[in-house]
Amino acid sequence: MAKHETPLLDQLETGPWPSFVSDLKQEAEKRAKNEENIEFQIPSDVVEDLLGVLELSFKDGATHWKHGGIVGVFGYGGGVIGRYCDQPGLFPGVAHFHTMRVNQPGAKFYKAEYLRQLCDLWDFRGSGITNMHGSTGDIIFLGTTTPQLEEVFYEMTHKFDQDLGGSGSNLRTPADCIGQARCEYACYDTQDICYDLTMEYQDELHRPAFPYKFKFKFDGCPNCCVASIARSDLSFIGTWRDEIRIDQEAVQAYVGGEIAPNGGAHSGRDWGAFDIEKEVIDLCPTKCMWMENGQMKIDDKECTRCMHCINVMPRALRIGNDRGVSIFAGAKAPILDGAQMGSLIVPFIKAESPYTEIKEEVIEPIWDWWMEEGKNRERLGELMKRQGLQKLLEMAGLKPVPQMVQEPRHNPYIFWKEEEVTGGWTRDVDEFRKNHLR
Amino acid sequence: MAFISSGYNPDKPMENRITDIGPKKYDQFYPPVIAANKGKWLYHEYLKPGVLVHVSETGDKVFTVRCGGARLMSTSHIREICEIAEKHCDGYVRWTTRNNIEFMVDSQDKVEPLVKDLEGRKFAGGSFKFPVGGTGSGVSNIVHTQGWVHCHTPATDASGPVKATMDALFDDFKDHRMPAHVRVSLACCLNMCGAVHCSDIAILGYHRKPPMLDHEYLDKMCEIPLAIAACPTAAVKPAKVKLENGTEVKSVAVKNERCMFCGNCYTMCPSMPLADKEGDGIVLMVGGKVSNRISTPKFSKVVVAFIPNEAPRWPTTTATIKKIIETYSADANKYERLGDWAERIGWERFFEKCELEFTHHLIDDFRDPAYYTWRQTSQFKF
Repeated sequence: MAKHETPLLDQLETGPWPSFVSDLKQEAEKRAKNEENIEFQIPSDVVEDLLGVLELSFKDGATHWKHGGIVGVFGYGGGVIGRYCDQPGLFPGVAHFHTMRVNQPGAKFYKAEYLRQLCDLWDFRGSGITNMHGSTGDIIFLGTTTPQLEEVFYEMTHKFDQDLGGSGSNLRTPADCIGQARCEYACYDTQDICYDLTMEYQDELHRPAFPYKFKFKFDGCPNCCVASIARSDLSFIGTWRDEIRIDQEAVQAYVGGEIAPNGGAHSGRDWGAFDIEKEVIDLCPTKCMWMENGQMKIDDKECTRCMHCINVMPRALRIGNDRGVSIFAGAKAPILDGAQMGSLIVPFIKAESPYTEIKEEVIEPIWDWWMEEGKNRERLGELMKRQGLQKLLEMAGLKPVPQMVQEPRHNPYIFWKEEEVTGGWTRDVDEFRKNHLR
Repeated sequence: MAFISSGYNPDKPMENRITDIGPKKYDQFYPPVIAANKGKWLYHEYLKPGVLVHVSETGDKVFTVRCGGARLMSTSHIREICEIAEKHCDGYVRWTTRNNIEFMVDSQDKVEPLVKDLEGRKFAGGSFKFPVGGTGSGVSNIVHTQGWVHCHTPATDASGPVKATMDALFDDFKDHRMPAHVRVSLACCLNMCGAVHCSDIAILGYHRKPPMLDHEYLDKMCEIPLAIAACPTAAVKPAKVKLENGTEVKSVAVKNERCMFCGNCYTMCPSMPLADKEGDGIVLMVGGKVSNRISTPKFSKVVVAFIPNEAPRWPTTTATIKKIIETYSADANKYERLGDWAERIGWERFFEKCELEFTHHLIDDFRDPAYYTWRQTSQFKF
């Protein structure tokens, strides 16, 4: 018998898509039965009360979670988000319901044995409810009490060799695409650089020293499966600067209809026979490819590596061999001054372990500038807007190149520096007046 | 429930403390076929919706079965995933950026038993536990935020509208009939911890009433200068307020007509709550993308200014999304993303074809970028 009636939530049990309500109910039931005699360290009816408070929100059209609450583990300023219910009398099981962010492994690969250890810990010391995963990438442990925070952290670090993720004005948990582990488009090892930078910057990840949050994300190619260009303060997108590798026989196989275009991604509809002119050559944004005597030709110097031709004909066209990353700075969601896309600051840099050049010549000088100049709760992109892209380039010692702009400025209001102007700015007005009467 | 210590000693927090060890290293969890072929993959194909094969230059193949899931997930459900992984995949499993679960096997004969097993599992309420799909030119799983289940600032729920929307789009999760892939995202407030602002379809929770002011507590709970500084439109200013009992307290005043309901003041000051049953609801934004394919990445645009929160199943929201997707599907060219289609036909035509009303709310008037969205040419369509 359920503790709370949930007539509204019950309506989300129907329909084909996996129902989180059904899942919460099975968890509530499991805890109520407790067949394994777990010595639950937080109320055993926590999931019942979660369903109850959610039902109340569905009825009221508003949340019943209070604002914030400063809790955490000793010595860290992130990884735990305090959460308290605003109706603790009605739902005592979720009166304290803090979140813990657990730093996910690269590309979210797991083994069952490890996941079960996490489940055992979270059943014992938490609600048994998670997010797989949070938007930034962490495993989210959803709901425990204050006294359990240190206990969970102690067990995670001592037994599972596992740390928390970032929150607040920290480096947020970096995230990557599947990359070379299972993708032929990946131009660098996204998992390796993600892990390397996460380990290098553990202090920044756990102890808030920044004006606001800071995100790294690693996309292996310009298809951008982890959306780094839209949401990370520093976005790393794989690219190459030599030639697309062409297998002319495979090109013919596509033309002849032997291989389905785009790996068969359009199999749900009859789009007619594959037409290489219409589907590849005409859609090339720079018109840098053509067919000549049955051979595909690409003027690689004019290619902007949009990936379309490679996506359509993965067996015929492959990324180049001289690979690295392009780095974009300043992406963020709309809070406060509107959404920003990442802006190109490094057109090409090699991404090879130990990534010294990326760390010392890109990341750290940018952090120094942002930590010096950034206002409270000002993202890197907002500082860039306030002080200008050229300020970032100057502080990081990056050479301005036309690749960094969509087009040159529309106005001549240039902030010339004194040292750029012959003779400097100090002049004698009396000397001036000798030739220009008042 | 007796307290059981992990070994942590609260009197000596630094004793045996382990910190700064980071995540598990990625390669501990690579399935053998992945470990052996990393960086050697030649190409991939979709064998059917939800099933991929990647072929390596070594001749090895990895078959991936992708299935959807709610990102709000119990340990019971994770344990079931573990059981499936052990039964079919030597215990290996992974999640995608879009909350899908991927099971990988190293030969084709293992694919169908796995798919059958996944499709056969249902929750007590009748929904699928692991629907196979989410690949190619279809609708993949929705990335989303917490909503009413755990957040303090939401203007809508997350898991509820996501479930209702995916029920409405379920057939296209399991199909490849779209002109290109369609990415749907949900953020339950403007903070957008889900970063939905570059999605084909973005479902965004939005407040429409300025903050209430809890004067008696405001100065005790908040740093007033921070609350003032938090406002991007300078609508919040300091004020002295006389309470009913005659005491004068320091507080703030809000110029309501300047408020665009971002809730940033509430983030800094709990005594300025915005949430409201009638005020809160959903904004629909469309046509964004993050991929650099053919066209450059672009932001989603607001096409429906407000839909009320219709819990528990948000029927107007899901019907509007369905209509937009069906119109796009019928009208767009192969490979054309929703935003590219809207730009090709023109936004005036988009509203006509999708039967959406254009209102003043949809004209940008926020800061400099607004100007660049107004029509500055005689080229337009009637």
